[in-house]
Amino acid sequence: MINLKVNGKLLSVDVDPDTPLLWVLRETLALTGTKYGCGMALCGACTVHLNGEAIRSCVKRVADAAGKEITTIEGLSADLSHPLQKAWIEVDVPQCGYCQSGQIMSAAVLLSENPAPSDNDIDEAMTGNICRCGTYSRIRQAIHRAAEMKRSTT
Amino acid sequence: MSATEMKRRDFLKTGAALGGGLLISLYVPEWALAGSITEAPPGTPNIAPFKPNAFVRIGTDNLVTVIVNKSEMGQGVYTSLPMLVAEELEADWTKVRYEPAPVDAAYNHPVFGIQMTGGSTSTASEWDRLRQAGATARVMLIGAAAKNWKVDPASLLAENGFVINPATGTRASFGSLADSAAKMTPPKDVQLKDPKDFKIIGKPTRRLDTPDKVNGAAQFGLDVAIPGAIPGMMTVLIARAPVFGGKVLSFNADKAKAVPGVKDVVQIPSGVAVIANGFWPAKQGRDKLEITWDDGPNAGLSTTGMREQFAALAQKPGLIARKVGDPVKALTGAVKTITAEYEMPYLAHAAMEPLNCVVDLRSDRCEIWTGTQFQTGDRAAAAATAGLKPDQVEIHTTMLGGGFGRRANPANDFVIEAVQVAKAARVPVKVVWTREDDTRGGYYRPMWYDRFVGGIDEKGNPVVWTHTIVGQSIMAGTPFEAFGIKNGIDGASVEGAADLLYGIPNVQVDLHTPKIGVPVLWWRSVGHSHNGFAVEAFFDELAHAGGKDPYELRRALLASQPRMRAVLELAAQKGDWGKRLPPGRARGIATHFSFESYVAQVAEVSVDKQGAVRVHRMVCAVDCGRVVNPDSVKAQMEGGIVFGLTAALKGEITLDRGRVQQRNFHDYQMLRINESPQIEVYIVPSTEKPTGVGEPGVPPVAPAVANAIFAATGKRIRKLPILKVDLRG
Repeated sequence: MINLKVNGKLLSVDVDPDTPLLWVLRETLALTGTKYGCGMALCGACTVHLNGEAIRSCVKRVADAAGKEITTIEGLSADLSHPLQKAWIEVDVPQCGYCQSGQIMSAAVLLSENPAPSDNDIDEAMTGNICRCGTYSRIRQAIHRAAEMKRSTT
Repeated sequence: MSATEMKRRDFLKTGAALGGGLLISLYVPEWALAGSITEAPPGTPNIAPFKPNAFVRIGTDNLVTVIVNKSEMGQGVYTSLPMLVAEELEADWTKVRYEPAPVDAAYNHPVFGIQMTGGSTSTASEWDRLRQAGATARVMLIGAAAKNWKVDPASLLAENGFVINPATGTRASFGSLADSAAKMTPPKDVQLKDPKDFKIIGKPTRRLDTPDKVNGAAQFGLDVAIPGAIPGMMTVLIARAPVFGGKVLSFNADKAKAVPGVKDVVQIPSGVAVIANGFWPAKQGRDKLEITWDDGPNAGLSTTGMREQFAALAQKPGLIARKVGDPVKALTGAVKTITAEYEMPYLAHAAMEPLNCVVDLRSDRCEIWTGTQFQTGDRAAAAATAGLKPDQVEIHTTMLGGGFGRRANPANDFVIEAVQVAKAARVPVKVVWTREDDTRGGYYRPMWYDRFVGGIDEKGNPVVWTHTIVGQSIMAGTPFEAFGIKNGIDGASVEGAADLLYGIPNVQVDLHTPKIGVPVLWWRSVGHSHNGFAVEAFFDELAHAGGKDPYELRRALLASQPRMRAVLELAAQKGDWGKRLPPGRARGIATHFSFESYVAQVAEVSVDKQGAVRVHRMVCAVDCGRVVNPDSVKAQMEGGIVFGLTAALKGEITLDRGRVQQRNFHDYQMLRINESPQIEVYIVPSTEKPTGVGEPGVPPVAPAVANAIFAATGKRIRKLPILKVDLRG
C-alpha cells in the first residue's frame, strides 16, 4: 500500500509502485481532470503540484509521490474561485480544453513564485505545456489578468 | 460543397418532453426522405411522439436545453449553436444549457446527409433550422400564455425567458408555460427576426463549456468510466503492424500475460490487443509481446522514393482540373518565364487527446463512448462489426480533445477496432492509443509535390499560370468517392488551386493522383492546407519577378473579387504593410479563400544568423459572412494561425522502409508558447450568410511566413517544414 495525500485527503492505494502517478490519479482515484498527452513529459497535459512544484505526473513514479502534498486541478478550488480559473473564464481561453488543466496548474506555480510575471516570464514558465488548439495568446492574457486579481485581493 | 447550395428539408415537430416541459424537434420524416415533397401529406399528426431527435427542450424549471448535433472539438459549437436558438426564442441566456445529441437522422448534415462535424459548416448548416426551432418554441409559449390569459397572442411578447402582456404588465416564465405550450398546435410558419433586432447573435459571448474546462470536470472520451459495468471496464492497448497494411504472422503472449493486471491477450485484424485492469499494466504487457509481422506490400515505402516518383510525375501535365485561355501559346509570348517546384510533407493531426474508444458490447446492443466527428458512419460500422443493426448501437459523443479531421474517418478505424476488441475480449473495453500509436496511426494530410510555370508580360503582370499538383486522393476508396471525385479529379486535391481568384488570363491547373499505401485523410483545411501555401508563395515569386509589390499586385488582380480585396486591404492596413520595420524584420502577405470565407494575413518575421526563424506578429482579416459569436471567430483564427505555424515551421511525417519515423512530441513538434507570435484578428462586418471559420485561418499562414522570409533573406521557401530549410546568413 502506498499512502498519498491528494487535494488534502489522505488515501492508500494498492498499485505497482512503478505506476506513473498520472494513472493512479486518473484510474485509481477517478481524478480525470489530469490528462494523458504524451507519457514522456513533453506536453504538460498531466501537470500537477507536488509539494507546491509543477511536475509531470506521467513520468513520476507513484512511490516517489508518497507522503507528499499532491494537488490536481480538482483541488485548485472547490468553486472556480481560483484567480486563474476566473481569468480563464473571463478571457475564454479554452477551445477543446484538453490541455487546460495542465496549463492552469503550471500557471498556478508561476503565480505563486512571481506575482507580476512579464510575457517572457510566462513564456519561460509555460513552454512545457503544448496547446494544439493554439490558445497561447489568451493564456498569456489570462495569466496577466489572474496576477492582477491576485494582487488586488492581497 | 458550398453552404449556400444547401437545401433545407427540416420539419418541425413539437410535443411534450419526457418528465414535463416543451420539446421542439426538427426531424426528417420518411415521406420527406422519399422525394422532394416539402409539405406533410394530409393527416400527418402534428404531435411528435417522444423520440430522441429534439433540438430544444424547455423544462418546467425554466432551463432551456439545446441538443447540439455537432461535436464540440474546440470550435465553440456548444455555445454558438445555442445562441441561434436563444436569439429567436427570446431566452434568458443564463438559463441556456447544451447537451450532445444522440445519433439520429434528424441530426444529419443537410448537405452531406449524415450526422457529422466538419468542413467548417456547423454554423451555416444550422443557421436556419435552429433559429426556426427557437422561433417555433417562442410562438407556442406565447400561444399558451394567450390561452391562459384569454387575450390575443399578437398582443403579447417574449423577452428574456418570459412571456409578457405589455398592457397589464403580467408575466409568465417559459418554464411555467412549457407544459401547456406542449399541447398547442405548432405554427405552420414562423417569422424569423430582422437581423437588426438581434440581441445575442453578433455579440461576443462567453463559451458555455469553459467552466467545466477549467476545473477538470469536462468529460473527454479518455475520461469515460462506464457506469455500473459488470464485468468492469478493461483498458486495452493494441500492438499494431509497424508497416501500413501489415499483418500478424504469429505471436507469443506468455510474458505479457505474466504482467500483474493483464487479464487477456487477443488477436484482432489490426494486431494484438492487451486487455488489462489499467493503462500501466496494459502498456507493460504490450511491451512484452513477441510478435512476428508480415510487413505486406508497403514494406519498401520511403519518403525519398515517393518524392522522386512525385517529382517525375510533376514534369508532365496531369488530368486537367481547370483551364482558362491558352497557357501554352501565351507562354511563348511572355517576356519572362518562372518555374518553381514546391514540396509539402505528410502531416499528423496530433490532437492533444490521443484517439480512444469505449465499447460496451452485449448480445443485443452496443454502447459506445467516444469523441467522434462522424456519428452516422461510426455507428453503421460498429453495427456491422458487432453483427447488430445500427439502431441497436448507441453512440455517446463526448468532448473531443481536438479533432482537426482525424476523428472524422470514413474508414471508422478507431471505432471498428474497439468493437473488434470488445467482441474478442467479451468485456467492456476502453481502447487507448498512446501518443506514439496516434502519431504512427496514419490517416495523414497527404504529401504533395507541385510544379508551377508562370509567365509575365512586358508590364510585369502575370499572364500565364500553370500548376501541376501531385498527391494522393483522400476521397478514393471511401463512401465519398462518388461525391468527391469527378472525372478522375478529387476536388479536395485541387481546392484552393483550381478556384484561383486572381484575374490571370491563361490558367491551367492539373492533377496526378499516385496510389500509395499510406492512409490519408482530411486535416484542418484539407486541400487548402497545401494549395494555400503553394499558390500564394508562387504568386509572390511572380510579383517579385515582375517587379511588383506583392500586396499591390494581389489587389490589382482581385478587381473582380470585392470581398477578398476588402480583407486584403484590411490586413495590409492593420498589418502596417509598407511601413518601416526594425532592422532584420520583414513582412509577407497572403490571402486564401476556403470554406466560403475570405482571409488575408500579414506575417512579420526575422531570421537570425544561425537561420532560426522567429515569427513576431500575425495580422489576420476575415470575412466569414454574418458572425454569430465574434469572440469564437477570433479564437478560431488565432488557433488556425498557431496550427498553420506548427505545420509551416515544424510539421513533417516521414517514412523509411515502410515505417513512420516520428513517435512523440520530441520528433513531431508543436509550436510552443515561447514561439507563439502576437496575433491580431479583424473581422469584416457582413450581412452575407455565415460561412466557415474553423479551417480558413490555416491556409494563408505558411505562405505569409514564407513570403516574409524571402523579404528578410532573399531566400525562397519552396519546401516545408521551414525548420529543415537552411537559412543561415
